[in-house]
Amino acid sequence: MGRYVIRRLLQMIPVFFGATLLIFLMVNVMGDPVAGLCGDRKCDPAVAAQLKKDFGLDQPVWQQYLTYLGNLFTGDFGRAFNGQKVTELMSTAFPVTFRLTLVAIVFEIVIGISLGVLTGLRRGRPIDTGFLLLTLIVISVPTFVTGLLLQLLLGVKWGWVKPAVSPAATFDELLLPGLVLASVSLAYVTRLTRTSVAENARADYVRTAVAKGLPRRRVISRHLLRNSLIPVVTFIGTDVGALMGGAIVTERIFNIHGVGYQLYQGIVRQSSQTVVGFVTILVLVYLVANLIVDLLYAVLDPRIRYA
Amino acid sequence: MRGARHAKWAAAAAAVALAATACGGGGSGGSSGEGVLSAWWGDPQNPLEPANTTEVQGGKVLDMVMRGLKRYNPKTGAAEDAVAEKIETTDAQNFTVKLKDWKFSNGEQVTAESFVNAWNYAANVKNKQKGAPFFGYIEGYDKVHPEKGDPTAETMSGLKVVDPKTFTVKLNQKFSTWPETLGYNAFAPLPKAFFDDRDAWLSKPVGNGPYTVDNYAKGSAMNLKKWEEYPGADKAQNNGVDLRVYTENTAAYNDLVAGNLDLLDDVPAAQIQNVKNDVNGRYASPAAGIIQTLAFPFYKPEWKTEGAAKVRKGISRAINRKQITESIFHNTRTPATDWTSPVLKEEGGYKAGLCGADCEYDAAEAKKLITEGGGIPGGQLKISYNADGGSHKDWVDAVCNSINNALGDNKACVGNPIGTFADFRSKVTKGEMDGPFRAGWQMDYPLIQNFLEPLYYTGSSSNDGQWSNKDFDKLMNEANAEVDTKKAVETYQKAEKVVADDMAAIPLWYQNGSVAYSDRVSNVALNPFSIPVYGEIKVN
Amino acid sequence: MPEPTSPKDDLAVSGAGAGGAMDLAVAEGTSLEQPPGSGKSDKARSLWSDAWHDLRRNPVFIVSGLIIAFLVFISLWPSAIASGDPLACDLAKAQQGSQPGHPFGFNGQGCDVYTRTVYGARASVTVGVCATLGVALLGSLLGGLAGFFGGWFDSLLSRITDVFFAIPVVLGGLVFLSVVPGTTVWPVIAFIVLLGWPQIARIARGSVITAKQNDYVQAARALGAGNSRMLLRHISPNAIAPVIVVATIALGTYIALEATLSYLGVGLRPPTVSWGIDISSASAYVRNAPHMLLWPAGALAITVLAFIMLGDAVRDALDPKLR
Repeated sequence: MGRYVIRRLLQMIPVFFGATLLIFLMVNVMGDPVAGLCGDRKCDPAVAAQLKKDFGLDQPVWQQYLTYLGNLFTGDFGRAFNGQKVTELMSTAFPVTFRLTLVAIVFEIVIGISLGVLTGLRRGRPIDTGFLLLTLIVISVPTFVTGLLLQLLLGVKWGWVKPAVSPAATFDELLLPGLVLASVSLAYVTRLTRTSVAENARADYVRTAVAKGLPRRRVISRHLLRNSLIPVVTFIGTDVGALMGGAIVTERIFNIHGVGYQLYQGIVRQSSQTVVGFVTILVLVYLVANLIVDLLYAVLDPRIRYA
Repeated sequence: MRGARHAKWAAAAAAVALAATACGGGGSGGSSGEGVLSAWWGDPQNPLEPANTTEVQGGKVLDMVMRGLKRYNPKTGAAEDAVAEKIETTDAQNFTVKLKDWKFSNGEQVTAESFVNAWNYAANVKNKQKGAPFFGYIEGYDKVHPEKGDPTAETMSGLKVVDPKTFTVKLNQKFSTWPETLGYNAFAPLPKAFFDDRDAWLSKPVGNGPYTVDNYAKGSAMNLKKWEEYPGADKAQNNGVDLRVYTENTAAYNDLVAGNLDLLDDVPAAQIQNVKNDVNGRYASPAAGIIQTLAFPFYKPEWKTEGAAKVRKGISRAINRKQITESIFHNTRTPATDWTSPVLKEEGGYKAGLCGADCEYDAAEAKKLITEGGGIPGGQLKISYNADGGSHKDWVDAVCNSINNALGDNKACVGNPIGTFADFRSKVTKGEMDGPFRAGWQMDYPLIQNFLEPLYYTGSSSNDGQWSNKDFDKLMNEANAEVDTKKAVETYQKAEKVVADDMAAIPLWYQNGSVAYSDRVSNVALNPFSIPVYGEIKVN
Repeated sequence: MPEPTSPKDDLAVSGAGAGGAMDLAVAEGTSLEQPPGSGKSDKARSLWSDAWHDLRRNPVFIVSGLIIAFLVFISLWPSAIASGDPLACDLAKAQQGSQPGHPFGFNGQGCDVYTRTVYGARASVTVGVCATLGVALLGSLLGGLAGFFGGWFDSLLSRITDVFFAIPVVLGGLVFLSVVPGTTVWPVIAFIVLLGWPQIARIARGSVITAKQNDYVQAARALGAGNSRMLLRHISPNAIAPVIVVATIALGTYIALEATLSYLGVGLRPPTVSWGIDISSASAYVRNAPHMLLWPAGALAITVLAFIMLGDAVRDALDPKLR
């Protein structure tokens, strides 16, 4: 077990270098970021040259990357173009996005799995078909449409929620954005659980449990659900990383100053320091989430052991 | 039906949760204190030094926190003395500046040195101030800001402190209206505190304006408090302003309609048709010193020919400005008929109809002109614009449709979105455009000179199309040297006519500001720079 | 080359949409997937003919098949049901609702929404189908080979997929589509393939590893079958089902992704006509002219629905455990 975890952690090293290098190159391909700093007028050439020197943009890309990595290992994530430290941006953005992700995951688990179990047990009945169609519609409408519509209806027309999230971004304000963010994944979770439950409901051990005369509730929660959740847990685990970084659209619509927003700002302003810094953390989150998922298997399925 | 019960519970939980949000959400507009209003803000792109701020969002703060020698009257746009007691000249080149007795909010005296040091700091290339070129008229600028290499002097020879209340300025050329430019933010004074600890100052700017910065959370909010001892005439009428950064103006708009925000000075284009209803008429759209044009790449030989000038006029005539400003902008833009702005007023150089028939829609004539001029260079017109922020796509598509309809060819013109503003600007400044591109100009100071020289003078900072015309340059030099304002304006207009004759850029429309506000505030207005006059807003 | 008869040190769970689980070790001889063939029919039929037999009787399959056939038809010959020109726009009619001859009304530029919705099918369906084909081919090829051969190739591929998951879609879109502008659908397709293959690769890898352990594969190996024969004849037919399922769901999300890219300003661009372009430009005006959003978004939803339903039907038919 320990050796397994160490091996997995070691595997993160090449991914870290690969991802940072790739993102670094991509931001660099986008061209000269300094030109965008002077509004609709041309930057004074002497000032632009000084700025480029300051940000190290006058050096070849490989050298910029090495300098950046060197700084990274001393804990220096660099600065955005407005002079703000990237670590400062992170310390405000990550807690907000973490809360948002948490809300989204809770929605996925509670609603997604409940609906999945419900439809899985009632496979082929009207209730199943109904929810199936509903999840399909949710998958097929782009998030920005769902988000804008819900914001307009719940926030503006009916006044149930605040249409824009305040800088404090408390849990109650994040409910609607969390639901929107979770919507597509929620549909996936429902479908995964449904399929899995439907398969396992015919398994011998479930039949045995029912034949033993165990109460239905116990059969579902102890036997059926536990075995059906493996693919669902995998999905949710990989989704954590995706949700944290993939909230660009949702965060923009609902005025959430989180990772997605900062990442978008960084990308649009072509600040490689901001983008690479944030993506690096996201990759690590994603990999650690995967590791935790794999370890969870052992809990859910005793047949699995780690060497 | 156990499963069903679970699901019901989940759905009910979600509903309860949403309802709870509604309860928690109420009255948070009141997070602002007594007599304090909350206002929309965009994150400034640069550190908030006066000479480093070249866009509106940073300008808003400086307008509240700093006062320079002059201030533009928020209604008329006229430059009026603020810290300046008087500015005198006899030859339009040597100026003597006398100061009033003002203080910074930290108690420091505003002296001649506060200005001279701030200007020397701004001009010095080592300090990387983006607004440095504004100091280019002062003698000795080329020493502190050489085009290449390190500066050979620390201070500009044209600036001399005479006594704590007086300093003199020598320009490197005659420029009669130079004092009128001094209301621009870049010319604000800086206290000693800035030079002692720049980082501390940037995290909480200290100035001599009607407000002081109470708290600045970079990237999300700034709280400004009324400065009770402000010596100027434009004391704040409210107790403070909370500036809030929004990710998108649509979110801010919804917040305003829901009653969580008091002031929004960038109403999203798509909501203009709703705004009057949504906020019960608490909306205004006054003229601003902004003109939108299409610039052309004169560095490409195919756009330099005689025929190309005809083609440009043809394109201009193929654009149905009236219909686009009505349908797309809902009259928050006015079709342009010259290259300046109505906020200048006629005595300031604005001349309606200077463009003449060339700016009037006439499909048949347009087609004729373009054919005579040899057709669109390259066969297809690609109008480039930046796709992030600002809803440029709508009007570019509309302009293209208008051109296509006039020419009877649905593929004659297409929009060419460029992903980011930075990439767009870098392509523009590097001269990598093949066809026309979006060009917007927001005036720095309300002078006709500011609408012409930076945009069309050979080699000027914002002459993105690299248009060059000897007659124009000559007329501009003459006008700049002219001491009599009226004569100067007439000469500037002659120069503008040269721009018109060659259709150096196609004027599209004059842009109005737009502001919507909640019922908590009143007396809301925008100045000619489309910045809200925060100080005059009253909180009910 | 690893010994295929030895217990795996790797196992991936082949749930729909689920990646992850790259390096699980399983206790001797067990697998989460039951070998197919527990419900053997009287006659020895192949999995595929079995599936086809089921599908022909499945109403879901028939309905979704008809919808898709119709979509393909209008993608090829849009003028058959829409006589207008999707690029002919009259600003004077901007945002107007339904009227005779223009059942769906006009959009913000005064173009006919019906004509644009019909013509938009081509770009959107092409993006969906081609991107999915590309993703499925590239992903299952690389993932399948990694799963079959294991070793350094497998490790390398796993790390590469990790790196690709790290790229934010917007950044990828901005970079890729500014280098190769989206004036046609092909750069957008190429971009989606580039970003989407790791997902399928993981699933293909997992199901190949599972299939590899099956008795009949071991038997074929024992009989001296070569690698290529094993992969083509024995493993791929049995490992392809999860790929098909995920791919059909992904197809829907790719069409939706095209819309999101347009919303972020990096997707397809005029004069190409697509649902994504129309949805993103209509979304801002949903309060005043909901019809501008409703029709293209509805068409998108029906298309996505049809493909997912098809995928579901195929999945059910291919999964012997659900018989």
